[in-house]
Parts: sequence; C-alpha cells; structure tokens
Amino acid sequence: MNFLVLLAIVLLIIAGHQLLRVIELSRGLKKTKEWQVSETDNNMMGKAMLAFMVFFFAFFFWQVDRWMDRSLPPAASVHGEKIDALWDANIYLITFVFLVTNAFLFWFAYKYRGTKGTKAVYITHNNKLEMAWTIIPAIALAFIVIFGLKYWNEITADSTDAKKVVIELYAKQFDWTARYPGKDGKLGESEYRQISGSNSVGMDTADVFGYDDILVKNEFHIPVGREIELNMRSRDVIHSAYLPHFRVQMNCVPGMITTFKFTPTKTTAEMKKDPYVVKMMAGINAQRAKSGKEAVEFDYILLCNKICGASHYNMQMNLIVDTEADYNSWISKQKVFKSAVASKN
Amino acid sequence: MATVKNSELEQEHLVHHDHVHDHHDDHEESFVSKYIFSMDHKMISRQFLITAIIMAVIAMGMSIIFRMQLAWPGEKFGFINAMLGDKWGKDGILDPNMYLALVTIHGTIMVFFVLTGGLSGTFANLLIPYQVGARDMASGFLNMLSYWFFFVSAVIMTASLFIDDGPASAGWTIYPPLSALPEAIPGSKLGMTLWLMSMTLFVVSSLLGGINYIVTVINLRTKGMKMTRMPLTIWAFLITAILGVLSFPVLVSCVVLLICDRSLGTSFYLSDIYIGGRPLDNVGGSPVLFEHLFWFLGHPEVYIVLLPALGITSEVIATNARKPIFGYRAMIGSMLAIGFLSFIVWGHHMFLTGMNPFLGSVFVFTTLLIAIPSAVKAFNYITTIWKGNLQYTPAMLFSIGLVSSFITGGVTGIILADSTLDINVHDTYFVVAHFHIVMGLSAIFGMFAGVYHWFPKMFLRMMNKKLGYVHFWITLITAYGVFFPMHFLGLAGVPRRYYTNSNFPMFDNLVDINEIVTICAIIGALGQGIFIFNFFYSIFRGEKAPQNPWNSNTLEWTTPMANIHGNWPGPLPVVHRWAYDYSKPGKEKDFVLQTVPLEEGENDGDSH
Repeated sequence: MNFLVLLAIVLLIIAGHQLLRVIELSRGLKKTKEWQVSETDNNMMGKAMLAFMVFFFAFFFWQVDRWMDRSLPPAASVHGEKIDALWDANIYLITFVFLVTNAFLFWFAYKYRGTKGTKAVYITHNNKLEMAWTIIPAIALAFIVIFGLKYWNEITADSTDAKKVVIELYAKQFDWTARYPGKDGKLGESEYRQISGSNSVGMDTADVFGYDDILVKNEFHIPVGREIELNMRSRDVIHSAYLPHFRVQMNCVPGMITTFKFTPTKTTAEMKKDPYVVKMMAGINAQRAKSGKEAVEFDYILLCNKICGASHYNMQMNLIVDTEADYNSWISKQKVFKSAVASKN
Repeated sequence: MATVKNSELEQEHLVHHDHVHDHHDDHEESFVSKYIFSMDHKMISRQFLITAIIMAVIAMGMSIIFRMQLAWPGEKFGFINAMLGDKWGKDGILDPNMYLALVTIHGTIMVFFVLTGGLSGTFANLLIPYQVGARDMASGFLNMLSYWFFFVSAVIMTASLFIDDGPASAGWTIYPPLSALPEAIPGSKLGMTLWLMSMTLFVVSSLLGGINYIVTVINLRTKGMKMTRMPLTIWAFLITAILGVLSFPVLVSCVVLLICDRSLGTSFYLSDIYIGGRPLDNVGGSPVLFEHLFWFLGHPEVYIVLLPALGITSEVIATNARKPIFGYRAMIGSMLAIGFLSFIVWGHHMFLTGMNPFLGSVFVFTTLLIAIPSAVKAFNYITTIWKGNLQYTPAMLFSIGLVSSFITGGVTGIILADSTLDINVHDTYFVVAHFHIVMGLSAIFGMFAGVYHWFPKMFLRMMNKKLGYVHFWITLITAYGVFFPMHFLGLAGVPRRYYTNSNFPMFDNLVDINEIVTICAIIGALGQGIFIFNFFYSIFRGEKAPQNPWNSNTLEWTTPMANIHGNWPGPLPVVHRWAYDYSKPGKEKDFVLQTVPLEEGENDGDSH
C-alpha cells in the first residue's frame, strides 16, 4: 500500500515536471510574457470581483438567515435587555457600513477594470470629501461612545439595593462553588492557607459569620427579580465567570475579589416556555437525536471563559432562576458550612 | 539650506561608500558571507521571507489539526496521529493539553514570526534602502544580527514543540498564574521557559531591525527625497519601527518579571494561590499588572502587524490603478494618528479583568477614536480605485482583498471597543472572527501582495500570474468561509480556546457551522500549496524579470536587475517628485519615475 502511494507520488512528480518543461519551452514562442496582464485578464478579474461581491453578500445573508436564530436567546436580565438594544443599534449600523463600503469597493474594482487606451483620472485629493468622511464617522462614533458609556456606568456602579442577594462564586481548576451568606447575611472571611479537603474555598474557621454560610456545587439557585451581586474569587489561575443568558461576564483573579451585579427577569421555568427558546431547543434536540444523544431541556449555565488548563472546556455549573418562594424553600434545605464540616469529620 | 547641506554630506559619505564597493568587487564573496552571514539588505530580506514562509506553514498546519478536532471531536484521524505521535494524538484523537499548546503556538508564530518578523523583516529590509535611495541599511552588521536573533528565536520556538511536556500552552497572551505555575498545566514547565527565551531573543531582533529602519529612513534618504515625497510604504515602515522600538521593551520587562516569578520565587503576578495540594507563599502580586504590561506591547503590536501591510497596499493599489494614491497627506496623517493612539488603547483587552470600570471608559473613548483614521484610510483606498485603470496583477487582487477584510473586520471592532457590548462577546468566537479578519487576513493579504509585487526585485524573475490568480481566489473565498461564520458562533456564546463544545448541550446546534469552518480551512491551507510551489519554482525557473515590470515610479525600479552590492552602480539617483505621478495629464506615459525632473511650472505631489 505504502509502496503504491510512493509510486503514485513519484509518477505525479515526473508528470508535473514534464508538463512544466512543455510550458517553459512554449514560452519562447509567445510574444507576450505570461506575467504580463492582458486586457482579457483585466476583464476577467474585474468581472470576478463583481461576481465575488454577489457571492459574498449572498453568503452573508445566507448565514444570517440560517444561523441568526441560533444566537443566544433575548437577555434574561434587566441590564441585559439594554445591552441587547444597544447591540442591535450598533449591529445595524456596522452591517450597513460593511455592505455599502464593500459594495463600493467591488463595484469600482469591476467598473474601472483596465482597458487599453484609457487613462486613469489624475486625482490627488479632495478636501471637502475627506472632511466629510472624517466628520461623519466621528459623529456616529460619538453617539456610540455616549450610549455605551452611559450603560457601562450603570452596569458597573456599586450596588445600592438593600435587598440584594450576595453570592460568592469561587473558581478553581476545574469547577465552581457558589457560597451564600446564610441567615446572618454576611459571608465569612476566607484565607487561602486554610484550604483543605473539607474546606475547599478556604473559609476562615475562626470567623463566626462563616458558620452559617452555604456552599453548593454543580448547581446554584437565585431568585427572580432580585438584584444578585456576584463576588468572584479564584484559587489558582485566572478564570472567567460567564453567564451568557444574562449578559454577565467577569474574570476571577487570584488575589482579588471582582464583582458583577445583575437582576434576572425570567425564571428557568418561564425561559423554557419562551417561544425563541422552544424553537432553539427543538433545533438542539434534533441535532442531538442525529448523534444518538438524549433530548435536553433549557438550563441557564455558568461557563469558564478564560483559558485555565486542560479541562477549561468543561468547567461549568448549572444555574436555576426560581420564584422567590421556590428559592427560599431551596435555600432552607441546604446544609450550612459548619454542619457540612462536622458531617465530614 | 540645511537640507541641501545634509544631502551634500550624504553624497560625500556615499562616494566613500562607492570606494568600498569597488574594493569589494575585487574579491569573490564567500558562500558564508553572501548567503548566510550576509549584511546586504536584499539578502537579509530574502532570509526573513523564507524563514517566515516555513514558520507560516508550521502554524497553518497546527490550525488544521485543531480545527479538525473542533469540527469532529472524538473522531479518529490517522493524520493527527501521524503528526503528533502516540503521546499527543493517541489513536488519532488530539490530547486536550496539546490542543491548548497548538492554539498557543499557532497564535505566537502567526503574530510574531510571520506577521511581525516576516512582514516587516522582509519588506522594510528590501524596500527602505531601495525606495529612499540608499546603498544599504545604516548598519549592515546590526541588520545581520537582527536576522540571526530572529532565526535563533524561531528555532527555539520550533524546538519547544518536541520536548517531553509539550510547548507553552497558556494561550499566546500567556497570562499568569497559568503560565507561571508548572502545576497548572504541563506546558508551563520547560515549554514556557523556552517560549520566554524565544520571545526575548525575538524582541532583540525586532529592536536591532527597528532602530536600523528608523535611522536609515531619517538619515540616508537620497538627495531630493523629502519626507513628503516618500512612498507610503516607507512611512508605514517608519511608523511601525517606532511603535516596535517603544513597545517591545515593555514586553521584555513583562517577561523578565514572569521569569522571576517562575524561577526566583518573587510575587509580581502571584498572590493567594493554592495549587498542587499546597498553598504558595507568594502574596501581594497581581495578574492584572501582567495584563497591563503585556497589552502595552500587545495592542501596538496589532498595528505593527497591520501598518506595513497597509503601506504595501497603498503602493500596489496606486501603481496598478495607474492613479495617485488618494489623499497622500491624509494617509500619512492617519498612520501617525493610528500609531499614536495605538499606545493608549491597550485597556480595551481588559474591560472584564477587574480593572477599575472608570479606566475602562477612558479606553472605550480612545479605542473608538482610532476608528476614525482607520475609516479615512479605507475610504482613501476605495477612492484611489475610483476612476482608475485597474491592472489586475496578483498583487493588485490581494490589495483589494486587504481593503475588503480591513473593512469587514474593522467594523466589528466598533462593537468590541464598546465595553458595554464587549461584556457578552468578550473571549468568544466573535473576537476570534474580528481579529483574524482585520489583523490576520489583512496583514497576510498585504504580505502576499508584497511578495507578488516585489518578487522580481528579490529574485530577478517573475512569479506565474495564472497560479497567482488561482491562489488569490481560493484564499479570499476560503478565508471568509473560515472566519465569517465564527461571528455566529460568538453570538451563540461559544468561548474561544475550548477543546470541544460538546460538553454543553446549548452548543449542539452549531456542529454544521464548525464543519464549514474546518472544511474551508483545509481547502484554504491546500490552496497555499499553489503559492509555495509558485514561489519556489519561480525563484529558479520563473521568467526573467525586466527592469520595471509594473511601470512603477519608485526608485527600486531604477536599479539594475542584478542584486548588486550598493544597489546603484553609479551615483545615487536624485529625486525630483513624489512617488505617485501616475496618469499625470500632459505626460506621454502613464507613469513618471521619481528621478524625472519637474518641468517648468509643473506641480509636485498633491500640492496645488
């Protein structure tokens, strides 16, 4: 088998070599050189430019048509809805610019394809035109900056909500732990030197505020309509807490605490019934059926979005958004830190 | 008066140089001094180009391996086993650690070795002495060192692929603590040490080259070559070199602190870490410091990659549109503005790192400012084509491809520069799409344009045009086929650097998108074989190049087609006009060499 492959390669090389010899010999007979661009070349390439434009735009719209509804569902948080609105405005603007400038480019590339006997027009500059296309983008960008920063300031402002739910997200290679402050409403202090098998987030065992803290893995719950303040820490390398359905993302950096606040607007149950999500899940489950996997239901999810090691691609935790009542009943059933430690000892 | 004096001095200096040159002709140069430790800018340029092509093939091959994994996770490929062996590709399935190593080294090689060393090293070396009318670079010796540091650095980077623990695998941005702690990932053992060594040598190479480029452009311009008469290529190389000289040393400081953290027990970037079953003693450092230092180089680096490509394109488009570049002064102004602004935008890579949000807003503002000169440049290219008489050489095709990718990738930058919108697409495939199109494609298209255009100057033969055409169309179509669909992966929230997306049911409906991307990548990679064949075949068997094949105005086409030492056999040419007198009314031909004196009453350049 290997011998046949080798033989085929050798024969191909010989054939190629002979072909090149013929081409090289025929070169001498021609008046025009191969590398010279003829009028036919210009004509062909100019038309190809136009054809490419048609193909390119068709490809663009084909993708939008087929894949746009695989985008993330509409935001499930208060600030996320604003981000989505701003996103849409920006996307329409840049799509317009993308289409118009590419159209000009490829149209001119077609229209002014070289012909014999014509001469290009000697134009060096045009101050008015240049002024216009400097100022117009500047104005458009000014609006983008103003709206962007307005929302950015709102999103990143310190939380003032007295009724907020504070949760600590603790990242390590390669899983997440969520920590709730418990009945006293205060997260206990932590110290990385106290980390051990039974104290995976390094709770300071001398701090009484930590005794009623609740630690959960694999899945955590939050109540709908309340402001959630996530405080993020990492044990080893940089991770990034990414909650795409809520338009939430923040790096978890060893040695510091980072925060992000958001208010969920739809419970998991509501989201499962959202028409967009229903259609999306149908598509997902159709694909899963093809590869012999069982059907799944929609779930909010927390992903790691900063390269963190071999299992970076599988560092996840489920998130359930409950009604207030469901949340209260869920959290009341969770073990507090001290009893969890006690039961392990 | 002062300028006249300077050029007189130069003339004297060059007479002296000519003497040396005569002296040289008496001896046959040895093989070593001619082909290996050459101090001739033309030979160094060819050395850079061929090294870069080899590195590009390696990096492209890596991307094919990890794209296969992403499109068909869990499938067994004999190809992967053959490439990586049983350790990293057991049964033909890519190892997750090796996946990260491949994306890391792919990025490193493409950004530094191909698009920085390869692009600036090749074309700044070739064109600066030629186009400003100099015998050679200011220091041939430093120039030679610049290549050999580059070469050693490339060898170390390539060698790191073959070590036991695998090469560096913390992403090309090597954020600590991942890159600092060998317990965190195997690639942070010896692989990362080699990466850091290689990059330090790379920076040395870049500085030796950059200083040379700057000095040559400023001091060795021939008589009449005013700054405002320089071709835009030279402006681009000058600004690029200044950016490099100011920003690369910061990368070294960043790397040195990392080396200290890795080997000397310091805590510049490390604090409160528990890994490998024990707490580390390091306290008080911050990875965010590393990110600041890294991106202080990292962002100018984007323009170090892009500006030379834009410079080359300016020259190629004007020549082949047979029309002056539109808005010559605006082009220079835009490049200067981009160069300046590129130093104060680095924080847009760090909106979500825990950096103070107010600082983030400052970077939003500066980053969106940079869109203005970029837009001006795009409009100027389009207007240059307008009412031209376009000659479709392969170089011209690639230049138009560059303008398209520059626009297509540039507009998504407006989204990512906006911290609010960045929140949800940060580190997703939307970013991967953005920078590959705006930086990767644009720069590589510019590089291809340069190779096709100046091949006759480099190798004294012509490349095959028809193969060039086929190469261009395959490259353009597959490149958009690879990177455009990635926007939609980003919109679906797919994070970058995931070994597979199959652990998240929410990404299961994206399988076909990933397949299209990978298939286009494979076809595109095979298409580059056409270029490589054309390139090496034409070096030896291409048609002999005439004096000025593209009817161009610039000085390099006035030197004999012989690659002689000192570039011009007689005295240096004297420049009388700007580089863009194409199709000037009242002239017999549609081009006027820069050495042709102005007629009485004739305007020079774009002045009225």
